[in-house]
Amino acid sequence: MLPPGAFDREGFLRNLQDWSPEVAQQIAAAEGIELEQAHWEIIELLRDYYARFDSSPAMRPLVKYCAQQLGPDKGKSIYLLRLFPGSPAKIGSKIAGLPKPDNCL
Amino acid sequence: MGTSTRKRQLLVLRHAPYHGAAARAAVDLALAMAAFEQDVELLFLGDGVLQLLKDQAADALGRKSLGRILSSLPLYDIERVYVDAAALARFAIAADALVLPVEPLAEAEIHALMNACDQLVSC
Repeated sequence: MLPPGAFDREGFLRNLQDWSPEVAQQIAAAEGIELEQAHWEIIELLRDYYARFDSSPAMRPLVKYCAQQLGPDKGKSIYLLRLFPGSPAKIGSKIAGLPKPDNCL
Repeated sequence: MGTSTRKRQLLVLRHAPYHGAAARAAVDLALAMAAFEQDVELLFLGDGVLQLLKDQAADALGRKSLGRILSSLPLYDIERVYVDAAALARFAIAADALVLPVEPLAEAEIHALMNACDQLVSC
């Protein structure tokens, strides 16, 4: 468990190197989400996106990237909203240990 | 006349990638516009073409790689990306050295593009 000081005011990791699967579970728990296989698939995809594009995705590119990488059934807002209710790009990035996406309300 | 006619919006990116924060700010503007479903076309002019180079050693500066961020443009549905052909020639940059497919434009074509757009933001 990381101490509260490891996170910013909105719950994003201050130091991206602190991330681990255990930390992901800690962040998810704070968001009221229990991580299952389907969540981990998106978390890995988000980390891959960040490594490739040096940025956290907004919703639109996240949906499109999911469609490209995981197929059309998962490249849908509704699929992502079920896993990460509210704001999938923002909450998914938070759990994946990435910076807050720039274009999120 | 239908109100659904979309305005053509052109963002002109003129700054070298790591000279201050101007280049990054313009790219952020493009991504924000696209994230909010605005149609936007990009024109990289002069030193701005350097933003599109592959393998920018941005880590050495403690910065994010603009080239890598720009390689996500197709995921933002930004499909129309033009570059200043004369600037590419001046820097001896081949089109395949860039992070994504672009349309090189000669000076006259740049003028025509600017005239054809309804809104033009130069950053």
